[in-house]
Amino acid sequence: MSTDETGQGGTAGTPAGSAGSHSGSGRNLIQLITPEGERISHPEFDPWVKDIGDEQLCSLFEDLTVVRRIDVEATALQRQGELGLWPPLLGQEAAQTGSARALRSDDFVFSSYRENGVAYCRGVGLTDILRVWRGNAASGWDPYTVNMATPQIIIGAQTLHATGYAMGIQNDGADSVAVTYFGDGATSEGDVNEAMVFAASFQVPVVFFCSNNHWAISEPVRLQSHVQLADRAAGFGIPSLRVDGNDVLAVMAATRVALDRARHGGGPTFIEAVTYRMGPHTTADDPTRYRDANELEDWAAKDPIERIKTLLDRKGLFTDQFQQHVRDKADEVARELRAGCIGMPEPEPLDVFKHVYSSPNSWLDRQQDHYARYLASFGDPAEATSQEGAR
Amino acid sequence: MTQMTFARAINSGLRKSLENDPKVVLLGEDIGTLGGVFRVTDGLQKDFGTHRVVDTPLAESAIIGTAVGLAYRGYRPVVEIQFDGFIYPAFDQIVSQVAKMHYRTLGTVKMPITIRVPFGGGIGSPEHHSESPEAYFTHTSGLRVVTVSNPQDAYTVIQQAIRSDDPVLFFEPKRRYHDKGEVDEGLDLSNALPMDTARVLTEGTDVTLVAYGPLVKTARDAATAAADEGISIEVIDLRSLAPVDYATVEASVRKTGRLVITHEAGQSGGVGAEVAASITERCFYHLEAAPVRVTGFDVPYPYSKVEMHHLPGLDRILDGVDRALGRPNSLSGLEG
Repeated sequence: MSTDETGQGGTAGTPAGSAGSHSGSGRNLIQLITPEGERISHPEFDPWVKDIGDEQLCSLFEDLTVVRRIDVEATALQRQGELGLWPPLLGQEAAQTGSARALRSDDFVFSSYRENGVAYCRGVGLTDILRVWRGNAASGWDPYTVNMATPQIIIGAQTLHATGYAMGIQNDGADSVAVTYFGDGATSEGDVNEAMVFAASFQVPVVFFCSNNHWAISEPVRLQSHVQLADRAAGFGIPSLRVDGNDVLAVMAATRVALDRARHGGGPTFIEAVTYRMGPHTTADDPTRYRDANELEDWAAKDPIERIKTLLDRKGLFTDQFQQHVRDKADEVARELRAGCIGMPEPEPLDVFKHVYSSPNSWLDRQQDHYARYLASFGDPAEATSQEGAR
Repeated sequence: MTQMTFARAINSGLRKSLENDPKVVLLGEDIGTLGGVFRVTDGLQKDFGTHRVVDTPLAESAIIGTAVGLAYRGYRPVVEIQFDGFIYPAFDQIVSQVAKMHYRTLGTVKMPITIRVPFGGGIGSPEHHSESPEAYFTHTSGLRVVTVSNPQDAYTVIQQAIRSDDPVLFFEPKRRYHDKGEVDEGLDLSNALPMDTARVLTEGTDVTLVAYGPLVKTARDAATAAADEGISIEVIDLRSLAPVDYATVEASVRKTGRLVITHEAGQSGGVGAEVAASITERCFYHLEAAPVRVTGFDVPYPYSKVEMHHLPGLDRILDGVDRALGRPNSLSGLEG
C-alpha cells in the first residue's frame, strides 16, 4: 500500500467513518410521515399536530421548497463569486422548518450559521440573510425585530446565550422560550455541556435543538459520541426526544412538546433531530474526500421534501395549480434573493470603526481620525468629509 | 464620609447598583450564601434574593456565556470570576462574544456586562491565585478595562462600570481588600471623574511615575521616600487600562520629561510597553530619557517564598526612577 492509499483509507474507510451505523441502535425515532410518504399514527405525538390539516401541510411543503430554493440559489451565488462563503442546509429543510414553525413570535432563537431556513421562517429579510456571507456587514439583521440572534460561528457558544436568555425569561416571569440550534459536533464542546448544567440546575425555559446531520466537516458523529446524542441529556437530568429530522411533522410535534414543557415551568428539553447534511460543510469544503457516495444515496431516499410531496399527492392535494403556485413563489424568492445580493450597498471605508463601542473611545477615535486623514491624503473629497467630527 | 475597607466599598457600590436598577443581577461562584471568598458580596443575596444574586455551578465559560444571554434579554449582569487565574476557561466567551457582540450586531445588542476579577499577588497563595492577566483584555477591542487603587474609587468606579453600556473588566487588587479609606457614599456619580480617565495623585516635577491597582500604594510610598532625597515624583493612578488616558500622562511627561511605569504583570507585551510606546510617539521631543518599565518578570507567577522578588517593591521602583534620572542605579554601565 502506498502512503497515498494509506492516507485515503484513513480518511474515508475506517469503521469510525461510517456515519450511518450510529442511527441503527437505541431508541426509535419519532416519525409521523415515513420516507415513502405515508402518514403513520403515533398516539403520543399525534395530538400535538392535530391542528395541521391539508392547508397547513401544503403550507409546510411550500416552506420546505422555498427554504431549499434559498439555499440552492445562495450556493449558486457563491459559485458565481457573489458570496464569499455559504453553509448549505440541503437535506436539513424539515428539521429547520418544522421546529421554527412551532415557535411563537416572542420565543427567542440562538442558532449556528447553518440555520438560514430558521431565519427565513422567523421573518428575516432575504437580503439580510446574505449580508454577512457577502462580507458587506458583520451581521444581517436586528435580532430584536425577529427575536433571533444573528448566526453564531463559534461552535456551541450560542447554547450558553440561550440559557442565559432563558434565565432572564424566568426572572421576568414570562412564558416565552429560548431555543438554541447546534449540530452534532457541538455536543463535544464544553459550552454545550455547561449550558445543559446551568439549564438543568436553574430549570429555565430553554430548548436544545441538536441537528444531528452526521458530519462535523469531515468528522462523523461516532467520533463525537459513542451513545446516541439524545441519550447524553439524561446525564444532565434533561428529558430528551429523538426525532426523524427529515419528517417536518414529527419535528414540529417534538418541538411543540418541548416548548410546552418549557412554558409551563418544566425546564429544558433536548431534541436530537436525526437528519443529514447532503451538501458540503460550506462551499469551501469537498466531502468526496471523506464520505462514501453510498451513504449519500441512502439519505437521498429519505429526502424531507419528497416524502411530504408523496403524501400530498396521495391526498389529492398535489394539483397542477398548487405546484405552479409553489414554483412561482420559489422563483420569486430566488429572484429577490439574487437582486438583493447583487444590489447590496458597499460599506464605506470608515465603517470598519463603527459599533466597536457604544460610547466614544479615545484609542479608537484617534485611530479613526488618523486613518481618515490618510485616506484624505489621496485627495478624495468623499473621504475628506467623512473625517468630520473625528478628533 | 465613612471609613471602610476596600472590599466593603465594592460591596456598597454593588448594593447601590442593585437598589437603583432592577436589571442588575450578580452571578458567580460562592457569591450568595457565603458572600464570596473575599466577602465582597456579603449579605447581598440575603437582601436581594437568589434571582438577583445567583450562585452558579462551577463553570466560568457558562458564567460569562449566560451573562451574554441575560444582556440580550435586557439585563445588566455583574459577574465575579473568583480568582484571576480562573478566568481562562471563560476567555472565549469574553473575547469572541462579550467583546464582539456590539460590533457583530451593528450596535443593536448592547453588552453592559461587568466582569469583576480579583487580581495580583502578594497574598502567599499557590499558583493561579495571584495573576495579573489584564493585558490579554486590553489587547481585545470591544472591552473596557479598569482597575482601582482605593476604597473611594472602588465604590465609584464599580457603579460606573455597571452603568456602562460597554462590557467592562473590573480588576480588584486583592491584596488591598482590607485596606481602609474614607468613602463618600452620597457621591453624585454624574460629578465623579469619568471611568476612562487617569488621576494625578501627587504632583511632582522630576519624574512621572505611572502605576495602577495594587502598586499605586507602593508608588506613593516610593514618591514619599524619594522626596526625602530631594526628588520630586508625580504619581499617576492610571485607573483605566483600556483605553489609557494618554492626555493626562502626556501632560505630565511634557512637564517632567521622564517616565517610569510599574505593574505586577510580566513586562513583554504588557500595559507598560503600550504606555511607553504611545508616550514616546506623542511627546518624544519632551523626553529627557527613555521610558523605564519596572514590572514583574516574564515568568509564571512564582511560588510564595520568592514572589517578593517578582513583585515590584518600593526599592525596585526607586531604582527605576534613578535610571530615568540618570543617577547611579543597578544597571549603571549597561547599555540598553
